[in-house]
Amino acid sequence: MANIAPAPAILRKPQRNPQLNAHGELIHLLSTEGLPKANLLQILDTAEQFLSVNDREVKKVPLLRGKSVFNLFFENSTRTRTTFEIAAKRLSADVINLDIARSSASKGESLLDTIANLSAMQADMFIVRHSESGAPYLIAQHVAPHVHVVNAGDGRHAHPTQALLDMYTIRHYKKDFTNLTVAIVGDIVHSRVARSNIHALTTLGVPEVRVVGPRTLVPGDLRHLGVRVCHSMEEGIKDADVVIMLRLQNERMNGGMLPSAGEFFKEFGLTEAKLALAKPDAIVMHPGPINRGVEIDSAVADGKQSVILPQVTFGIAVRMAVMGIIAGNEA
Amino acid sequence: MSDTSSTLRLDAEALYADLCKGVQRLLRPETVLVGVWSGGAWLAERLNADLGLSTPHGVISSALHRDDFGQRGLSATKDATHLPFEVEGRHILLVDDVLYTGRTTRAVLNELWDFGRPASVTLVVLVDRGGRELPIEPAYSAARIALPAEARVSLDRNAEGRFQFQFEKA
Repeated sequence: MANIAPAPAILRKPQRNPQLNAHGELIHLLSTEGLPKANLLQILDTAEQFLSVNDREVKKVPLLRGKSVFNLFFENSTRTRTTFEIAAKRLSADVINLDIARSSASKGESLLDTIANLSAMQADMFIVRHSESGAPYLIAQHVAPHVHVVNAGDGRHAHPTQALLDMYTIRHYKKDFTNLTVAIVGDIVHSRVARSNIHALTTLGVPEVRVVGPRTLVPGDLRHLGVRVCHSMEEGIKDADVVIMLRLQNERMNGGMLPSAGEFFKEFGLTEAKLALAKPDAIVMHPGPINRGVEIDSAVADGKQSVILPQVTFGIAVRMAVMGIIAGNEA
Repeated sequence: MSDTSSTLRLDAEALYADLCKGVQRLLRPETVLVGVWSGGAWLAERLNADLGLSTPHGVISSALHRDDFGQRGLSATKDATHLPFEVEGRHILLVDDVLYTGRTTRAVLNELWDFGRPASVTLVVLVDRGGRELPIEPAYSAARIALPAEARVSLDRNAEGRFQFQFEKA
């Protein structure tokens, strides 16, 4: 009689969204992909409360008092790390910023050993940016039940807090998601921001999401994400309510995907003339840092339709909401 | 003050009329009303209109200062604090629907202090159900009732703006 080996544990266990506990509550924020609409809206609604904390005499609330938040950035970032730090401090957490370049990781320590050591220092939350897609998932699988993980950008995979602050910004100016046309312009295929935004926008019921750029950066098979693929600005921007410009990373030019920055600007750079194709009340967004004259013209970046700086302010409230929500939920 | 030990005959509208008289006696020229979200906010809104107060009432939420955050987490509510006046140096009349352990009152006092240092805070409630766990007492309550610990009572407002109590078992 053939001896049938039992299925591996991973196949026997019902697969649950690793971001949610058994009650469907958010315990980590790893991706907007597969995140239910109710959880997305909870974050946006909670962020609204936190935005008003900026107007107070005391710009601090005690929700994370006595908790330690470790900013673990294996990849460079100024804006994201700083806004996470401000957000954690406004929630009264103790914030520890790790200088990874000088840390044990550069001496050969594995990621999980680094996490185990930091956990032994009573970390309650890890904010992780890593060049490897999936690194925050790996960490979330190995931390103790009371420890929470926020993905602050992993490889080409996801940047959920950027997507959430973009959703907050869109809702702030446009009120309703269900009648919008949103165009995301630039290097879609390498962009974790684009990916996270597409998942959030479709979950929130945006009927038309367009991805716009040259064929090398916007391949046709992106259609399976539920978006319309456009290879010209005329088609991509026409009658859009929201235009999200992405930063063009210099390394793409070296890889032969683009002839030159000047060429890209001519075709896909957002100028006032191109923006005139969108709806008159369209808003212009950008995750930053912007490259003036590469993907966006200064006249647009500083123009009255630009909401690039409000995005940064909303980003603090959204990150407070994410940390406040996950810290209050148990695995 | 109408004391009653029966929960079944609690007439929220009649108690509101008593509360209105009670609040009138406590008003000073500079007093502003702040209602604790949600029941207290409805009371403050109606008191403000019925008493003809010139300063709009404030709404205060306990959400960001709750001491049970670790157990209950942060719920997504629209109960954001909104205080359309300077808190610094004001005489504040804090209005709530039901006073029980006093923990919500403690949390909203902390919330209030995040906006400035009031000259004074006076607490008035529609119903005091006892069971205090903190040294907090109202200056006025329209009724005092006894309820089993597991019972929950809160104020509800119907479409016409009339008040009624909602009872449920936890």
